Amino acid sequence: MTTVTTEIADAPRRIRWADMGPFIALALVVLIGTLINTNFATGTNIANVVTRSAFIAIIAVGATFVISSGCLDLSVGSMMAFVTGVMILTMNRLEPTMGANAILVGAGFGLIVGALCGLLNGLIVTVGKIEPFIATLGTMGIFRALITWMSDGGSIPIERALRDPYRPVYFGNVLGIPLPVVVTLAVVLVGAFILYRTKYGRRCMAAGSNADVARFSGVSVARVRTTAFVIQGLCVAIAAICYIPRLGAATPTTGQLWELQVITAVVIGGTLLRGGKGRIWGTVAGALILEVIANLMVLSNMVSEYLVAAVQGVIIILAMLAHRFIK
Amino acid sequence: MTRTARRALGLLSAASLVALTAGGAIAQDKRTIAVSIPAATHGWTGGVVYHAEQAEKEIEAAFPNIDVIVKTSPSATAQVSALEDLSAGQTLDALVILPFTSEELTGPVEQVKSNGTYIAVVDRGLTDPTIQDLYVAGDNIAVGANTAKWMAEKLGGEGKIVVLRGIPTVIDDERIQGFTDVMKDTNIEILDIQYANWNQDEAFSLMQDYLAKYPHIDAVWANDDDMLLGVLEAVKQSGRTEIKYALGGNGMKDVIEMVKAGDPVTPISTPYPPSMIKSAIYMTAAQFSGQAPMRGNFKLDAPLITPENADQFYFPDSPF
Repeated sequence: MTTVTTEIADAPRRIRWADMGPFIALALVVLIGTLINTNFATGTNIANVVTRSAFIAIIAVGATFVISSGCLDLSVGSMMAFVTGVMILTMNRLEPTMGANAILVGAGFGLIVGALCGLLNGLIVTVGKIEPFIATLGTMGIFRALITWMSDGGSIPIERALRDPYRPVYFGNVLGIPLPVVVTLAVVLVGAFILYRTKYGRRCMAAGSNADVARFSGVSVARVRTTAFVIQGLCVAIAAICYIPRLGAATPTTGQLWELQVITAVVIGGTLLRGGKGRIWGTVAGALILEVIANLMVLSNMVSEYLVAAVQGVIIILAMLAHRFIK
Repeated sequence: MTRTARRALGLLSAASLVALTAGGAIAQDKRTIAVSIPAATHGWTGGVVYHAEQAEKEIEAAFPNIDVIVKTSPSATAQVSALEDLSAGQTLDALVILPFTSEELTGPVEQVKSNGTYIAVVDRGLTDPTIQDLYVAGDNIAVGANTAKWMAEKLGGEGKIVVLRGIPTVIDDERIQGFTDVMKDTNIEILDIQYANWNQDEAFSLMQDYLAKYPHIDAVWANDDDMLLGVLEAVKQSGRTEIKYALGGNGMKDVIEMVKAGDPVTPISTPYPPSMIKSAIYMTAAQFSGQAPMRGNFKLDAPLITPENADQFYFPDSPF
């Protein structure tokens, strides 16, 4: 008990530079952006970029749990597309009888589907004892194929009658803050609370840093990891709820390669890829860094359109190197 | 008439003579047409699969002696395997193929041809054109050029425009080339060209960035209708009103609906129709159902889709 209190008392006094890494990197990217382009620091552009990063940030909060518990989820992008498709079909089916309330029911159903998808991943990994990389590579294919099949390779659009009542969820704002950003903040606060302030959060880290030791200390590693996958599924569904009103459709390319962006955001944020250490706020900074870099690539004319991806790769590696150097 | 065509005609008439003398009681020989196409991974290939399946149903209903087999493959390697599987179990009278890539599929298609199979190639040509008996394709340069001509005329030959391009491929290069070549002769300035990978989401983000970067944009060309939908959403959100035209290409049904409704910002589209697979299957079937020899290259034009002719290009049941 005493050790816990001293730790908490000590924490604010020391500035942990290593933990500040992702925020310093973000500040640096933003500063460079402001210097090289006058259009960067405008209110609209910042709002666009932050709102756009909401999807990756929300999913990455879930991924922080999965990764810090010592697993990996490659299926999030496909799962996102699948959940989006299921939600749109549900809403369209209910619209004639329920009107705009179909959105609420559809969203609730989406959360259940997301949680079940996560549970499926979790059970394959923990009960089936299959490497998370392979298990979620499998479900990635399954979810992607399901959305392609549901849409016949085309797109699943939402009913016109639902577009207007649903539109504010992406384009609206609360006190000037775009709604997806508010949702992200809520998800991050809840996520940070669970990871840092609850028994579950500590068990997550324990399972990730050394599964055997955790097991000997009485932690059910399987349960902890399965729960992490369910949290991931819920986060994917929340992202899907915010995503639908943006373009109003799910297609087989929805969420394509998002899993890589999500994992990159988590790792840039300071979470260890091998587990045992999770940084929720860092994850958000990571998601913002990725989106800001992409934005700057378009705004500045310095980079040939053919080389954009290469420059992004170099910046990400530099950010990680700087991180290590600060440590 | 070419020698081959004359010979084919001779063979066909001989065959029909035999069929006639047999008294019609015995049905003609069963003919097999194999169709190998990419799996439905995005809108356009979704359309290809749809039209191939429609053609299968219609042709089998109309000509009971023709059996059409449609096989989809998710990658070039898978398509090579599919060709091997198709030709291993049976004799193929014809193969209609939309190759994933020209280089990788040329060899395997040549193998199939060596058994005497009639080869129809769609969209992407093989590296050795002598292998194909029939080649059906759209005109990507015309897709870009026709859109550019229309846009240049409407803008009065001057203005500032932005362009979104797709995935780095020959198709994308040709469209961009066709477009920029026309624009070179006008006073229209292309402010920016960036990749958005034929993806709605990426097009939305890219258009937001274009709008932040350029205070004045007269028109947008999105090179593909899927991307156009993302562009339109970004423009709508920005509240910017100076953008007179936002155009795409390919003839997606949602965009054709806009054209039919006389949308002021998107009054036209340019077809690069996935139904070209259907045209090719019908032309191939003509070999076996009647005396209609089909050899040579068939290039689909890319006429502007306007409210007047939009019905021809509108397939409400197709996924694309």
